[in-house]
Amino acid sequence: MWLLLKGGRIVDPASGLDETGDLLIVDGKIAGAGKDTDGAGETLDVSGMVVVPGLIDMHVHLREPGFEHKETIATGSRAAAAGGFTAIAPMPNTKPAIDNRAMVEFILSTAVKDSDIRILPVGAMTKGMDGKEMAEIGEMVAAGATAVSDDAFPIANSDLMRRIMEYCRMFDLPILTHCEDKVLAADGVMNEGVVSTLLGLRGMPCAAEEIMVARNITLAAMARSRLHVQHVSCAGSVEVVRQAKRRGINVTCETCPQYFSLTDEAVYGYNTNAKMNPPLRTAADVEAIKQGLAEGVIDAIATDHAPHAPEDKEVEYNAAAFGTVGLETALPLVITNLVDTGVLSLSDAIAKMTINPASILKVEGGSLKEGAWADVTVIDPLADFTVKASELKSKSKNTAFDGMALKGAVVATIYNGSIVHGGETLRESKARATAGVK
Amino acid sequence: MPLHRKDLLGLQEVEPDEIRLILDTALSMKEVLARPIRKVPTLRGKSIVTLFYEPSTRTRTSFELAAKIMSADISSISPGGSSIVKGESVKDTVATLQAMGADMFVVRHQASGAPHFIASQVPAAVINAGDGMHEHPSQGLLDMLTILERKGRLDGLKVAIVGDITHSRVARSDMWGLTKMGATVRFVGPSTLLPAEVEKLPVEVYTDLEEGIADCDVINVLRIQLERQERGLFPSIREYSSLFGISRERLRAAKPDVVVMHPGPMNRGIEITAEVADSENAVVTTQVTNGVAVRMALCYLFLGGAANVAAA
Repeated sequence: MWLLLKGGRIVDPASGLDETGDLLIVDGKIAGAGKDTDGAGETLDVSGMVVVPGLIDMHVHLREPGFEHKETIATGSRAAAAGGFTAIAPMPNTKPAIDNRAMVEFILSTAVKDSDIRILPVGAMTKGMDGKEMAEIGEMVAAGATAVSDDAFPIANSDLMRRIMEYCRMFDLPILTHCEDKVLAADGVMNEGVVSTLLGLRGMPCAAEEIMVARNITLAAMARSRLHVQHVSCAGSVEVVRQAKRRGINVTCETCPQYFSLTDEAVYGYNTNAKMNPPLRTAADVEAIKQGLAEGVIDAIATDHAPHAPEDKEVEYNAAAFGTVGLETALPLVITNLVDTGVLSLSDAIAKMTINPASILKVEGGSLKEGAWADVTVIDPLADFTVKASELKSKSKNTAFDGMALKGAVVATIYNGSIVHGGETLRESKARATAGVK
Repeated sequence: MPLHRKDLLGLQEVEPDEIRLILDTALSMKEVLARPIRKVPTLRGKSIVTLFYEPSTRTRTSFELAAKIMSADISSISPGGSSIVKGESVKDTVATLQAMGADMFVVRHQASGAPHFIASQVPAAVINAGDGMHEHPSQGLLDMLTILERKGRLDGLKVAIVGDITHSRVARSDMWGLTKMGATVRFVGPSTLLPAEVEKLPVEVYTDLEEGIADCDVINVLRIQLERQERGLFPSIREYSSLFGISRERLRAAKPDVVVMHPGPMNRGIEITAEVADSENAVVTTQVTNGVAVRMALCYLFLGGAANVAAA
């Protein structure tokens, strides 16, 4: 089986490639030029399109097991494929939590059965994610866990965090941390500032994030472990990571499209879809996030895709669940708000969604080099569209971006050499061309 | 000129001409309150539901009396005696009440924005009777009516609001209403009870009581809650009282004819001395009476009364 993507702009940050050409896929692998295209195969005209490595989202919530009414591995993987992702890393805060070998095996076996794309399971740092006792991390690694995380339940106990980091060093395991001082953030429901004051909502100050970023960096430096800071939202956190990188500490970080696309003003009207943790911050924070992305202080762009059912969001703001879905809007938000505005080159932006998360997680993928897995995403960089919550593939429609006019659309997602999303429009245009119809 | 909205959720979004209309209407309602038989048939056949998720005596009674004087049918729902304790969502509760034919919801809720959510769910008018730390627009309006009666104007007055600004929905409604009508508003309180980025609000900010009330025409004294001490926002009620309690001596910093207001219930001897509370400067009971008049005006205007005004 072969698939030839003809005449596209091939952008592969891992090899520094950005040129118009053909990409040949044979038997699920990227093939070199001049390879045999005899036998069964297909040619797709991708002229005017951008061909990039399949996107990798290192931070999603798939809700299975336990909250299958919000999302499942099956529906989440389809939403991811629709968003151009060929690999996603689901966080362990399911019910029960992914905190032992059997749970990791459950995720992987369900993925084989239900998922259209690659699932990279992330284990919990502590049993039951209660922040008290270290989980069986070695067992989870043996079962195929990619990383560990305390997402949604940051570990307050610094001694425990230190031991987990030291323990993970044995496996050179990525440690993904949700940085929040829960005591300082108290029962906050949005960013602390003039908007929270006017709305009369309890605020979560940026200091609550910055303190934990700083603590975790300090501990990781002592423990000589890897550290990856999840969903950076504050200017101060960017600065803390910048300083740590200058000092040579082994720290990486990610942000999410919401933190460079929206501010806390999106909460006006008590918009529960704009309620998330970390919360949307101010315009100054958005600028600092963009600056951090441009400088390379922020390594990766993830979504923190957080599906919630209508009954979790159609309630009083205080009672609403935290989170926005993001898989299907991430790439257009990156193109619209980062690439088109000149914050990042297309290649740098794609790097933060492909090779960079792959390196942080130490997984294969994120590259179009000969012999690599044929995980490929085809993008129409000029397509204009308006986000419609009701049209999302995700089981949940809680998007903070509803109604937003964006540029850039995923035309096709190819996983392991097979088209798992889209392709129809490419085939149609080819059919039209063949028939001589304009 | 009718109102520009279906609901009254806060004074932040209300236009000055709407405030004028409500205050003028409330003044004419005071005339009804002065009659020997306090009953008019204006809202006969209209159904008002008070939905109080948070305990309240004066606001609820005030709305109920206002509705009854206007001859509306009133039903009162509170969590203790309803399906709310069975875990029914706000969405379902209001859908049910709407299906029974409610024309207006009067909502108090501990969560800021809950009335906004209800307003988005029902065609009926929604009046915010206090939501969390957000707004209490009918209180803001009755405060303005009381000041207007005493001072003859709002424009150009200096009004100090003293106490726990952070948690006060009254402070926010007063701020919006009074500044829209041309008054200068000062927030006075301990720095731990001033909200985040208070300097970005259209007010002057003071942490010294005497400086804060200096030359003021009006002081609105907020109730201090013991719960704030437990959260570590000030060391003791005693220290709060010594720094921010309004006493006869302290009052000398303000104008001699300063009007002293309190949204109630008062902690006598804590944020206000009994001497001040019972003095000629204090207008606490007038505020309560004006509360009924303002709520009559709101029921009238939000239940389609504006059309009648135009016809008259």
